[in-house]
Amino acid sequence: MSPTAVLPLVQEFELGLDAPICLTWELTYACNLACVHCLSSSGRRDPRELTTAQCEAVIDELERMQVFYVNVGGGEPTIRPDFWHLLDYAVAHRVGVKFSTNGSRLTPDRARRLAATDYVDVQISLDGATAEVNDYVRGPGSFDTAVGALENLATAGFRDAKISVVCTRHNLDQLDEFLALADRYGATLRLTRLRPSGRGADTWDELHPRPEQQRVLYDWLVTHGDRVLTGDSFFHLSAFGAPLPGLNLCGAGRVVCLIDPVGDVYACPFAIHDRFRAGNLLADGGFAQVWRHSPLFAQLRAPQTGGACASCSFYDSCRGGCMAAKFFTGLPLDGPDPECVQGHGEPALARERTVPAASQDHSRPVAARKQPVLLQLGRPPVSACAENPLADFRPEVPR
Amino acid sequence: MSTDAFDLEAAWRLHPQVAVRPERFGALLYHFGTRRLSFVKTPRLLAVLESLPAAATARDACTAAGVPAPELPAYARALATLAASSMICERSAA
Repeated sequence: MSPTAVLPLVQEFELGLDAPICLTWELTYACNLACVHCLSSSGRRDPRELTTAQCEAVIDELERMQVFYVNVGGGEPTIRPDFWHLLDYAVAHRVGVKFSTNGSRLTPDRARRLAATDYVDVQISLDGATAEVNDYVRGPGSFDTAVGALENLATAGFRDAKISVVCTRHNLDQLDEFLALADRYGATLRLTRLRPSGRGADTWDELHPRPEQQRVLYDWLVTHGDRVLTGDSFFHLSAFGAPLPGLNLCGAGRVVCLIDPVGDVYACPFAIHDRFRAGNLLADGGFAQVWRHSPLFAQLRAPQTGGACASCSFYDSCRGGCMAAKFFTGLPLDGPDPECVQGHGEPALARERTVPAASQDHSRPVAARKQPVLLQLGRPPVSACAENPLADFRPEVPR
Repeated sequence: MSTDAFDLEAAWRLHPQVAVRPERFGALLYHFGTRRLSFVKTPRLLAVLESLPAAATARDACTAAGVPAPELPAYARALATLAASSMICERSAA
């Protein structure tokens, strides 16, 4: 298929491209939901949010760089009053838009207008095929909202919306139900990996798939891979055997990146942390400048050794897994992924490690009206300074 | 992934909604209609794509791009894949 290839594509991509293949752009940290696993710890709008004119300048630059599409998210991007304007502006400048939404603003009227627009993909976030499972992490009523939006889109004739699912231990046995739901609305199912990023750092232990579920997911993806999208996010599962369809590598700072609402550029959507901040497009001369000249990105594009994984016979399959998953669980970046399917993750997690403190948090300080209850099930940790000898004592209570 | 035989004797072109971004390894193709991305994995395959509009047949385009005869089947397979995802289309069809 590639008789005179320069280098295998994976290696070309690991060395980085002059422009990202695609990128994620979080337009706002404002959100009407408070999902317990939010990658960007969204809730409140940041007062430094890029203005409409600044956003247009970013789109102009993406057009010049031939970045064909952006994954727009947030927060809830449709909360921005200029959201629909920016959508039209991007499309007019040949920058396709895939935007993620919880669906709360996709009214029948809006759905009709979207159905009349080319170059726009809509991803409705849904983390359970039933209200019970979804609302547990996304908040009461969020299932009905999302399904209502799918209904509006289908009725308006919008074809091929995406149902975007973050895989957790609670929804992995619903994969067939998700497919049925997608079929009902003429939509495509998109599955992505739960990352311990943002508020996900606090909930990952409780939500991430169990080891035996990883195998089930892998087998399911091998069987249904041609019908579902994955954002190529499960490459760590490729160490089970045959590689999954798509790019099996970490694209952070090499072929993808993230622009946050204030113009900070991060290596990937799952790495909103100072450690992975490449620069700011306002302060550092524009997006192209940051993409091409940031020392962090140069470092990520340098040849990697594989570290502790180098001697593993599966390294060529999984390439060491997800950088963000390692970082936010306090594991070394050149060691195994916390969910390494060859079993190297659990011993690494059992060793002494320090989970990094968040470097930004836009969560609302006061519980939102529709806040999910997951966090309230846990108990606050005991302070290291607690002197009461019973401070840590928790009598068994039947649940 | 299609295994359909590719018609090397037909006249082909890039789909009008497809944009091309040349890269060291070849190119990225993006179809704004289907919102799908494809990778052109060799510079020569890109040269074939660039030769399509002026060539009477895909075979001529391959020749113009310098594809050696023994590699023609591999290029036909690559073109078949691109046709299956509507990245290229026959010139008679819109």
